[in-house]
Amino acid sequence: MSSPFALRAGPRIEVAPFRLSGTVYAALLNHRRSFQALGEAVAAAPYKGAPKSVVLAVKPRQSLVAPGGDVQIDDVGEALEVGAALGIVIGRTACAVAEADALDHVAGFLVVCDCTLPRAGHFRPQIRAMARDASCVLGSAVASRSEVGDPDALAIRVFVDGALAQSSSTSEHVRSTARLIADVSDFMTLMPGDVLLTGSAPEGPRVRPGARIAIEIDRVGRLETRAVSSAERPGA
Amino acid sequence: MKRARVAYSGAIHEATPAGADSIRLADGRVVAETDVVWLPPFEVGTVIALGLNYADHAKELAFKPQDEPLVFLKGPGALIGHRGATRRPGDATFMHYECELAVVIGKPARRVARADAMAHVAGYTIANDYAIRDYLENWYRPNLRVKSRDGATALGPWLVDAADVEAPPQRALRTLVNGGQTQSGHTRDLVFDIAFLIEYLSAFMTLAPGDVILTGTPEGVVNVDVGDEVACEIEGLGRLVNRIAGDAEFGRGSAASPPGEKKESA
Repeated sequence: MSSPFALRAGPRIEVAPFRLSGTVYAALLNHRRSFQALGEAVAAAPYKGAPKSVVLAVKPRQSLVAPGGDVQIDDVGEALEVGAALGIVIGRTACAVAEADALDHVAGFLVVCDCTLPRAGHFRPQIRAMARDASCVLGSAVASRSEVGDPDALAIRVFVDGALAQSSSTSEHVRSTARLIADVSDFMTLMPGDVLLTGSAPEGPRVRPGARIAIEIDRVGRLETRAVSSAERPGA
Repeated sequence: MKRARVAYSGAIHEATPAGADSIRLADGRVVAETDVVWLPPFEVGTVIALGLNYADHAKELAFKPQDEPLVFLKGPGALIGHRGATRRPGDATFMHYECELAVVIGKPARRVARADAMAHVAGYTIANDYAIRDYLENWYRPNLRVKSRDGATALGPWLVDAADVEAPPQRALRTLVNGGQTQSGHTRDLVFDIAFLIEYLSAFMTLAPGDVILTGTPEGVVNVDVGDEVACEIEGLGRLVNRIAGDAEFGRGSAASPPGEKKESA
């Protein structure tokens, strides 16, 4: 895949592979609160039971925003939901890896701000909500595995205009970091520089043009961005 | 003009047809088409695919047509070229091909009106978008485990210039399994046509050169087994051949060790 135009200036990454590939996947419904929020709807149509396999979305190249960039909101009056996520940066090719070996394939981690249109349900892929231009901002630096330690015990805080808007932790994830890599790599080979978002807590704060967003993840970093209407976005 | 990308003699080449069984590399060499490794015929960007976009196929799967197109995305590892092999996992009971017209974007498209949409098309190729129905679940359906599997979307053999194809393409398509026809349809029966799809998509995602839209498949999907040869044909665009491989060839399954063991990951 050719390198994405949105990522000419990628995050700082001081371990191999030293640059991102431009391929980004996001785990969906990987937060226990997602299922608590759905309640009995999980068992009913159209879902007819909790997902058995890992649920994922592709974040296409035009949805990605290089570090320091803004989140674009197309239409005045439309709010986007902020999904704060820990992103895994793959360091070594991972194909059908066992859970016990999975973390050996990780180069490091970064903070990601994945903004989507609020969705009524989870039956269809809804790319109109989830693959929007300039909606997924990558953090400015990749923290190495050794800096981060246990990736399954990291607090995540989201601030909107300086006020704490959401708190969660990667310890609330349905699949651990290692389990996620193992399950994804069973059918999709993860390549060096690929990014896999480990999931966001449901009901993230909603933002409109003008909002300042900050996301902090313990030992990984802090990402700051701004929501702008597409009219403000240079070159749009 | 028809162009392919092939690997031959240590490099990747652009190639054009040269008679029934040969191709001409850009450097002048004419070689047998079976002596090259066929790659997807262009540098692929975002892979966008449609579900339930032929009324007959939607009916076959007991779905009523959607108000909004059913669109999903694939990762880059899903793609393979002409004459490639696609793995059928040992636990699958229903794996089927999907012959599709693939539309390749040639110039950036942002908020493009339907009337202007076809000017953004570089050309066309054939896709075989395999699905393993056993893995379908009702969360973000069709989920990536069904539709973004390594090597389970074949593309090619040729990128055919838009200038050489009527707009929109009015072409018959069909699939043959081991030489016997199992699927047939016609691109005039698309529920959402190409111009509509470009207008719809470009309203929220800017399409870039190299992005490809797989427009969906008509009725006639049947199970395929290890060893089968699957050929997807579109009138005037070519014939995309694929082979179904088993787990053993990939070091997988009950005969192989559990995932991760015995295997050097790099």
